[in-house]
Order: sequence, then structure tokens, then C-alpha cells
Amino acid sequence: MDNIIEVKNLTKKYGDFTAVDDISFAVKKGIIFAFLGPNGAGKTTTIRMLTTLLDPTKGQISLAGYDSVKDEDGVRRSFGIVFQDPSLDEELTALENMELHGILYSVPKKTRKKRIEELLNIVELWDRRNEPTKNFSGGMKRRLEIARGLLHHPKILFLDEPTLGLDPQTRNHIWSYIKNLNKKENVTVFFTTHYMDEAEKVANQIDIIDHGKIVASGSSEELKKKTGKDSLEEAFLALTGRSIREEAQGNQANARMHWRMRRR
Amino acid sequence: MRACIGECGEDKKHMSTIYILWLRQLKRYFRSRSRIIGSLGQPLLFLVALGFGFGPIYAKAGGGNYINFLAPGIIAMSILFTALFSGIEIIWDRQFGFLKETLVAPVKRIHIMLGRTLGGATVATFQGIIVFLISLVAGFRPTTLAMLPLALVFVFLIAFLFTALGTAIASMLEDMQGFQLIMNFLVMPIFFLSGALFPLMGLSKILSTVVKANPLAYGVDGLRYALDGIHSFPLSTDLLVLSLVTVALMFIGSYLFSKIEA
Repeated sequence: MDNIIEVKNLTKKYGDFTAVDDISFAVKKGIIFAFLGPNGAGKTTTIRMLTTLLDPTKGQISLAGYDSVKDEDGVRRSFGIVFQDPSLDEELTALENMELHGILYSVPKKTRKKRIEELLNIVELWDRRNEPTKNFSGGMKRRLEIARGLLHHPKILFLDEPTLGLDPQTRNHIWSYIKNLNKKENVTVFFTTHYMDEAEKVANQIDIIDHGKIVASGSSEELKKKTGKDSLEEAFLALTGRSIREEAQGNQANARMHWRMRRR
Repeated sequence: MRACIGECGEDKKHMSTIYILWLRQLKRYFRSRSRIIGSLGQPLLFLVALGFGFGPIYAKAGGGNYINFLAPGIIAMSILFTALFSGIEIIWDRQFGFLKETLVAPVKRIHIMLGRTLGGATVATFQGIIVFLISLVAGFRPTTLAMLPLALVFVFLIAFLFTALGTAIASMLEDMQGFQLIMNFLVMPIFFLSGALFPLMGLSKILSTVVKANPLAYGVDGLRYALDGIHSFPLSTDLLVLSLVTVALMFIGSYLFSKIEA
């Protein structure tokens, strides 16, 4: 009842390669949830299925009470997302990017104006609202994307490696905005990262996925206790092994290529 | 009444989706000055080099004023290029990530595609009008100004048709690798085999058949009819072929667009 995300027996296959292998998990409403795993473990594929960008081969997803296959629009209205790669229109200004998003999500004009101002103030971009986003630094773009993802009052915010490539100062800032918004707006946060210290600091619950299967689930304390390690990083390595993985990006073409490479 | 409230609200939502994506295409076009100026160089060069270069021979052969004959073809060319590239912009949006932002939004794919295509078509229409004005400077004199509204109809039809074609092609391509292929094996043949540069009378059978299978030929023909008063096909054929091909391409394009997995 209190679970805002429920995933049952979710599977995604590309030919004979199984990217996500019969996983089930649940995320409680209002928490910050970290979804961790080595490269190519199935994180991004899972997010793409949760966010209706990819159809599952098998299994059910319920998001904020909506079925991801039967009620795509209901699901889409319920979440905001910051993708792994930037997704702004760089020719448009920060304000125009926000406006466009608000209209696509049919946020009424009055609410839209107020909400945009409020969010741009939170991420400290209101003063630069009329600048084209191509002038922005990586951190500013990320902040704008987070503000944009929250514009339509989503119940869940997906963040796929939101701090990738950012300096420690910006990372710190971004997490303080996210924690603040999680409390203030009661939005459930679902994020992935390779920085274990971030997950350790901010996540209430952590699930670790490897080779398409969930290998561990619990709070950072529980995972450390379970593996007998002092840090989440050590616990993560104990659970997923030390070998380096083939890089497989989240998009389907690459996943297919990954599958071809594995067959060789 | 109650049902109307719900449905009318939906209609308004669809319209605003189409509108905002249309507006986006326009903003992108008007902000890239270098793109506008760059895309005017080519038609200007064609008008001057071909117009003045072939002018004397054309006149000797009894064709009359070549610039007057050529200008509608060059206008059609600039629309063709602008429209196709507007459609193909989807590939850029895919690479720069913006496409995903629209694909996860709670809106119908068909409306995203409609907004983009109408936006691209509007931009290409503008481009056609600018090239028309340039051709006036180069010495082009339309026979009658009364037919200008008809010319505008053809400008828009050509623009719409080829933006839809660009969208359909872009929906199938993952990156810009195939771009050169499209340029050399689709765009250039469409332009050169459309009758934009030469009259269709007295062509060999093969060439004439190829031209007749080219939708741009009907656009050039209609435009030439509206601006010069000369034509090879009946006006109704021009309008019918352009409209039908546009509708068909919109259907194919929206199917292909709905299959995109970002």
C-alpha cells in the first residue's frame, strides 16, 4: 500500500541476452532509493522500462498505482526524470525549456509561472533564466534538468547518474537540493550512481543489481553488516566482485551490440 | 455537456502540444542566423551562375528569359533542402538528448510529430519566401501578382511534403552516418530530376518517366504555373499529387516515429 513503485518479475531480453532477469522490488513512498550496480548490470534498462521508454519482455510495473503498460499516460504524469545524458534544448533559454516542459505536461499557465520561478530559485538559476542553455556549465544544466523534472509535481523523481562528471562542490549542492526537495515536496527519489559515498550518505534504501539480477537490498548499514565491511564501497565490491565489466550504455543499439559481443 | 468538457480539454491539450513544438522549430530557425544566411548562399549562386550563364543559350533556343524560368525551380530547391533538414533534425535531437524529453511526456507521439513537422514546414515556407524575394533582386519578374496566393499554397505544400519525408527518414536513422547517403542518393536526384533547371518538353522517355515519379516535379510545375503562367501538368494534378503524397508520408512518418525507442 505504501509502495510507490512495485516491480514484479521484470525481464528484458535482447535476443538471447537477458539485460534484466526476473527482478522484483518495491520502493516505499517518500524515501530516497539508490539503485546501484556495475556498468552493464541493467540499471538504465530498468529505468527505461520504469519510465515507459522501453517495453518489458515480461513482468509488471506499477508506478504511483498506475500500470506501466496499460496506463502509460498515468505513469508518465507521475514521474519526473533526469537522464544520464543531457536532454535540454540548447538553443532555448532556461525559461523556455521550463515552459515547454510545463506545456507538454499541461500544467495550467498560472501554476506554471509560479512553479517555474520557485524551482529556478531553488536551483539558483532564476537570474540566468533568459540565457540559452548552451552557455551553461555541466552543473548548471544538471540543476536546470532537476528543476524541470519537478515542474509538474511528480510523485517520483528518477535520476540516472545525476552527478556524473561534476566537481565535488556541485555534487554537494545538487544533493542538498534533492534532499531538500524530497522533504519539502514529499517526492520519492530513485537514483543511480557510481559514487558509493553519495548512496551511503543520502539513500534510505539501496538495491544492488548485477548481471540483471538484484543481489542485495537494504539500508547502507544493513548491507555493510551483511558483508562485514566498513564502507558501502567495500560492501558493493564484496557483493559484485572486483572484475571490470564491459561498458554497455543504456540504449538499445548498444545493448544489442553488447549481446552480440557476448555471443562471440 | 460534461463529456465535452473532458474532450474539449483534451483537444486543447493536444493543440498546445502541437503549438509549443511548432514554436520551438521557429525559434531554433530564427536564432541561427548563420543557418539562414548560409542557406541563402546556394540558391543565390544557382540563380546567378545558371541564370546568367545559360541565359543567352536559352534565349537563342527560343525559350525566352531563363531567369524567369529558373526562379521557381530555385525557390523549390531551397524549400526542399530546408524542409528535409528540418525533418532530419530529429537525429540531432536524439543525439543531443532532447528527443527523450518529449518521448517521456504524457502526450501522444502523433502530436509531437505533427508539431515538429508543421514547424519545419513553416520554416521552409519562410525560406521559400526569402528566396523568392532574392530572385526578384536577381531579375526575376513574375507574370502576374494575382497568382501569388496560389504560389504560397505550392510553397507550403512542397515544404510540408518534404518535412514529412525528412521526419520519416530521420525516424529510421540512429545517427548522422547515413546523412551523406541521403544527400547524394535522394535529395540531389529529387532536385536535379524535378524539372527545376530544364523544361520537361522533349525529354527522353526514361527521363520523362523518372521526372513524373518525382513529387517535387509537381511542386515546381505548380509554382511555375503560379509565377510564370507556364506548366506541363494540369493544375489539379499538381495539387492532387502533392496532397496525396504528403498525406501518405505523414502516415508512414507517424508510424515510424511511433516506433522510435529513445
